Amino acid sequence: MSNELKSKLVELNCQGLACPQPVIMTKKALEQKPAEITVLVDNLAAKENVAKFAASSGYGVSIENADGIYRLNLLAKQTAVNIATGKELAADAEAPAILLGRNTLGTGSEELGAILMKSFFVSLLELPQLPRAVMLINSGVYLAATDSPVLPPLQELSRRGVAIMVCGTCLDYFSLKEKLAVGEVTNMYSILSELTKAGNTITL
Amino acid sequence: MAKLPQIHDPRLLVGIDTADDAGVYLLNEETALIQTLDFFTPIVDDPYLFGQIAAANSLSDVYAMGGKPLTAMNIVTFPVCKLSAEVLLAILSGGQQKIAEAGAVMVGGHTIDDDEPKYGLSVTGVAHPAKILTNAGARPGDVLVLTKAIGTGVLYTALRAELFPQGVAAAAQSMAQLNRYAAEVMAHYPVHACTDITGFGLLGHAYEMASASEVDLEFDSRAIPLLPEAAEAAEMGLIPAGAYANREYLKSVEFHSAVPVNLQDLLFDPQTSGGLLISLPGCEASGFLQQARAAGVLVAACIGSVTGKGTGKIHVK
Repeated sequence: MSNELKSKLVELNCQGLACPQPVIMTKKALEQKPAEITVLVDNLAAKENVAKFAASSGYGVSIENADGIYRLNLLAKQTAVNIATGKELAADAEAPAILLGRNTLGTGSEELGAILMKSFFVSLLELPQLPRAVMLINSGVYLAATDSPVLPPLQELSRRGVAIMVCGTCLDYFSLKEKLAVGEVTNMYSILSELTKAGNTITL
Repeated sequence: MAKLPQIHDPRLLVGIDTADDAGVYLLNEETALIQTLDFFTPIVDDPYLFGQIAAANSLSDVYAMGGKPLTAMNIVTFPVCKLSAEVLLAILSGGQQKIAEAGAVMVGGHTIDDDEPKYGLSVTGVAHPAKILTNAGARPGDVLVLTKAIGTGVLYTALRAELFPQGVAAAAQSMAQLNRYAAEVMAHYPVHACTDITGFGLLGHAYEMASASEVDLEFDSRAIPLLPEAAEAAEMGLIPAGAYANREYLKSVEFHSAVPVNLQDLLFDPQTSGGLLISLPGCEASGFLQQARAAGVLVAACIGSVTGKGTGKIHVK
């Protein structure tokens, strides 16, 4: 088998399978250490379990939901590379973490703040070194919801191995839990653990 | 069950309407009859161990009502053509060992041919009518004691994934353990409410207790005993679908933001042959725990309290 074939995107269809089959199949697939793999599941338990398994195995996860079918894109964090430049995008400990406490950028005009936030994320993707984590708290969690204007760049960040950490208490407060479209639900303890790690924290 | 016509009989002390562990029927002023039945498919590979677990699980409902089991009957389905008779014998021997350990008598049973094995017991027990324990008596000022570690559902999922063998073995031992010893200690204490932890998970059964007792509860997540490797297995996503169904049903439970997600998942994890959740006055807790440990119930722990009168709200800190 040629290397070219091996590096092609692998898709694992786990539709119609009950737990723990999707996790077992994902585990077997990840034992081959693919750089990237897509897992398809059709129930909530399988979606959450495969996402948890991938995260605990050193993979970044982004999830798309269409007609009850969840498409989980797993990207190895250690080997995350920019496809265009071939450059490593390792989300290492030295990379900064970003803490976003609002869904707009800056104070003054809300309308302008929304435009700036969009531009912020698009530009973030262009940086030579990606942040290791983006943490969303308070109204910042709106950015990870299904109708977020910055959903595509956030999903791309997640795909490239950046941890998108979304405050669970905040999702509950804004009744957004059902609409979460990217990232992992997390708590204050995990956010603090991330903030107190080595490397800069950028608070916006 | 709610769609069935309600049964009104003055002698029926506990029926199907309160989601309790077993039915209780008043025989006379001194004696109430406790009846329960449970059976399920194998959850471990060893047939003898499966028999022990299924029997311990069935007997548990009698202990949870404050009773003493007297007699038990086997209920069995078995693929007669596919599996050897030795397997069936091993299952029944495991069950009989637990029935004997419970001080009860095996009086018969029934087996039918079916595609997969299923085993359990119909158990009959007795208690003094005034000493029947239900899930409805918890009072403000009570503390909550749990007598077995949680995580059997997650570790059963790990077994099927061929992971965490140590945790899986510990879960099997825990499931095979009778709740008899905890129940015997309970008889010496002014216990207000009791239930056993099974399919609805710790928080599901706690919610039933809270709503039946019209109180609110608080749990200390760090005090809840976990089976070895259960936290790691949950972190890896080896979580049964039933845990997510329980979480969905129990949306009203509030978690402090410092409670890690894998621990939250474990609190919804469906248990097989789980421990007793006991509500008793706060001042009695340390004495109870001491005696329970002396009786061999080593993991017994105080995991929460009844915070006040209420509507079944649960907070996990």
